Order: sequence, then structure tokens, then C-alpha cells
Amino acid sequence: MLLLALLLLAAAWELYKLAAPDDGVRIGDALILPRSDDASMPHLSRIFEVFGEQEVAGVAGGGTVLSSVVDAVWYSLRLAVAGFAAGVAVGFVLALAMQRVRVVERALLPWVVLSQTVPLIALAPLVYGWSGNLSLFGLDWQPWMSVSVIAAYLAFFPVAIGVLRGFSSPTPVQTELLAACAASWWQTLLRLRLPASVAYTIPALKLAAAAAIVGAIVAEISIGLNGGIGRLIISYAQQATGDPARIYAPIIGAAAMGVVAVGLVGLLGVALRRYQPEETA
Amino acid sequence: MNEPRPPAVALEGVGKRFGSGATAVDALTEIDLSVAAGEFVSLIGPSGCGKSTLLRIIANLIDPSEGSVLVNGKPARQARLDQDYGIAFQQAGLLEWRTVQANVELPLALHGMRREERRSQAAELLELVGLGDFGSHRPSQLSGGMQQRVAIARALARRPALLLMDEPFGALDEMTRERMQSELIRICAETRAAVVFVTHSIPEAVFLSQRAVVMSPRPGRITEIIDVPPGTRDEDFREADAFYATITEVREALRARTREGSP
Repeated sequence: MLLLALLLLAAAWELYKLAAPDDGVRIGDALILPRSDDASMPHLSRIFEVFGEQEVAGVAGGGTVLSSVVDAVWYSLRLAVAGFAAGVAVGFVLALAMQRVRVVERALLPWVVLSQTVPLIALAPLVYGWSGNLSLFGLDWQPWMSVSVIAAYLAFFPVAIGVLRGFSSPTPVQTELLAACAASWWQTLLRLRLPASVAYTIPALKLAAAAAIVGAIVAEISIGLNGGIGRLIISYAQQATGDPARIYAPIIGAAAMGVVAVGLVGLLGVALRRYQPEETA
Repeated sequence: MNEPRPPAVALEGVGKRFGSGATAVDALTEIDLSVAAGEFVSLIGPSGCGKSTLLRIIANLIDPSEGSVLVNGKPARQARLDQDYGIAFQQAGLLEWRTVQANVELPLALHGMRREERRSQAAELLELVGLGDFGSHRPSQLSGGMQQRVAIARALARRPALLLMDEPFGALDEMTRERMQSELIRICAETRAAVVFVTHSIPEAVFLSQRAVVMSPRPGRITEIIDVPPGTRDEDFREADAFYATITEVREALRARTREGSP
């Protein structure tokens, strides 16, 4: 399915390039359809050629664009995974607390929702400011930690909401039954709420994985952290006048990163499929 | 000699009020009822008469506003913690991710019984409800009647002295329902458990019970307790004059109350 979608996208790209005028379509001064000349929309073949080129044009032995992109993806992915893990942990604990005590749910849920309305860009410099000023357990705060924190900030939200819904999904008959069996809160959690929540948790984790990656990339850019895909996007964009196809290389890298992350969560879903009767994916 | 068993259920002056102030609703008032060990009693009445609420009070799933509730001679809460009763609802409420066998084992697992013991006991119970071959199936692979049998097996798992049932056959078709009633009679004879059975079917109440407790709404209360004549509960009993006479008696008790109750 993913392959088919990619092929369709590629076909649409090339078809547009073929059919549309190079200067785009204008009504008066307003550009209605984008330009399709080689500078604005390079051929797909050209975009993939870029991966094989030298990082610094004309200098041999400096590594190819592909290796730069792969390195950057690997770097960013680790930050995103750290953020994802932290976000999932926080989301789970919040959901647990909200399930356990109704007052907590009423007190906390508005804040959880509110947290997502704060723009990431506004938050990044604040978190970045922790480095050099903060130390945890004798460990100095590193700039990469700020990136992971921001990734976690985006990732915890779908987990908290999804897991809370999952924990509340057992029917009244099922909860009454466990109460009638004198099951403790902990037993009810392990035997009923946790297994019943899987069908809600897996989609939430997929959202969280994608959010962690977006968070990591945006945070890298706004903090100005080197080494990741975010930085690469900026630096290749600056070279776009010389080589317009180059800008697409890190974008493809970032997209591949997202696919891998969501795919890994999907594997977890397959492993837990007996807990999700309705899910067919 | 066996020492005399305490009554399975003893209710005295039980009442339940939902809400408070001007909007409070009296769901139950002045309920006095005693169910002997091994006795089969049904609670029958129109919707809103509080029969399900009463069952949940006996099960200690909700607390009464007043009165005392003893189950097996203990306070209801203690009886619940000691697992003195098993319970089955109109929906089987099976856990989809567990096999049929694992569903029956659930109450045993919650009480920390060892795995092998649990296995053999659950297998025995499935045999008892006629599902010996279905232990490894998923609940979704079973028909509604079969799922309800699993729920009954699960309710019996701890070999309780009291079985509480809230319209367990309410969602089944008439044929399945009659077969399940006969099965239940057989199972109760084998386990010697007392049963409190909530239903709104008059023939069901008469066929199953030794006593039918007729209830009426607003406020929920017991209006009459009708003794069902003894006799072997087989298919012949469904055709017997005594069966029909008692059905008529229960129906008239219900109707009298509805007439009187309506303004």
C-alpha cells in the first residue's frame, strides 16, 4: 500500500512537470499553479542522483550526500527515540493517575490539552536555556537533551489521551465482574484495563512516534543543534540556488525516518494483535 | 451431622436512595427477605422496581442506604472479599483476549490458585456447562447461548454457596432460553448453591424457583412472595396445571400492583 502511494505521488510529480508550463499558471500577478521548471521541480531522477554526489562539490573523499543524510537521520532518530520513550512514560503515568483518581482527571486533563496549544517554536529557546544552567544527578544538561524534551513534549499527549480512553474502555459488566471477584485496583489494571487498552494504545503510540520525530526536527532547527536532519535541511536549503535538487534529499530522509518509526510501532501492534479484536491493519 | 448452614441471604429493612434532597429517588424501601441455603428464589417485577439494584446490594457492588445485608451469615462486604458468591449478568462480559478456559479461570487466578489446579477445575466446570470441547476457543467464536454458559461456569468457579444472576438468559431466544433453564436446574442440583435470580419473565421465574418474589416500582418494594409448588422441573412441568396456576398467580400479583401503583 505504501509502495503504491509512493508510486502515485511520483507519477503525479512527473506528470505535473510534463503538463504544466515552466512558469506556472498566473492570473494577474497571483501564482495559481507552481512553476515546474528544473529549479523549482527537479526531475525525480535528478533528486535521487543527488544522493550519490559528493557532500562538498568537487572535493573527493568528503563523503556522499547519502552518507550525510543517513548519519543525520541516525542522529535525529536517537534523539526522537529518547523523546518518544520519555513521552510515552509520562503519558502512561498521567493516564494512570487520571484513571485512578477522578479528581486528577478533572484537574489535569485541561492542562494536558492546553500544553499542546503552546507553539513549539516558543518553547524551544526556553528549554535550550537549561543547558549550562541545569544538572541532573551530577550530569550536566546537554543541548541534545533539550531536543529530546521537546520531542517528548509532543509525544506524551496522544499517549495520555489514548491510554486513558483505553483504560476506561472495559464495559460496566466487566468492571463489576472484577469487583465481584474482589479484585484489587492493581489486579483490575493488569487483568482488565491494560489488555483492554491495547486497541487504543497502539494508534496512540503511532501518533506519538510521528510527533516525536517532528518535534525532534523542529527543535533541532530552532535550537540550532548540529548533526541532525533538522540542521541538514537548513544547510541544504541554503545551497538550493546552486543545486535545487539537493533540498529534497534531507526531506526524503526525514520522511523515511517517520515511516520506520511508525512501522516499528506497527510491529508492536502485530505482536499484541490478540488484544485488539477490531484492528485489521 | 452437618451443622445447620446460615441463610444464603438475609436482608432486613434494606433501602436504597439515589441522589439527595428534592431530586432523591427511592429505588428500594423496606426490603426484608431471607433466602435459605440451597434455595432458588427469583425476583420478578417491571423495570424500575429495583430488582437489579437489590441484586447489586446483595453482591456488595453498591451499598444500601439503610438496613442490614448478610450473605452466608457475614456482612455483604466480607462475603464479597471471601468470594462467597458467584455472579452472572445479562451480558456474558467475557474478556475477548482470553480463551474460554482462561475466562473461567479468571476468578481463580485472581485468588492466587496454582495454575494446574486452576486448569483442571476450569475444565471440570466447562464440562458441567456442556462446553468441554470449547476450552481453547475465543469467546467471539461462540454463540450467545454458549457465551452465557461460559459466564455461568465462571460464576461457579469458586464453588460459591450463592449464585447471583441478573437476567442471564434475557438476551437469548426462547428455545435456547428453555434449554438453559433446564441446564441451570441440573447445575444447581449438582452444586447445591442457593440462587437469587432476577428476571422479568413470569414462566422463567415460576419454572426455576421455589419462591417468586414479586416487586413493584416507585418506590421499589416487595409486594408478595409466592411459593411455587414442588415438583421435578422437567419438560412435563412446563405443561403441568400447577405450573400454569402459579403463573396466573404471579401475573395477578404483578397486575394488582401496577393498577394500584398508577395514579
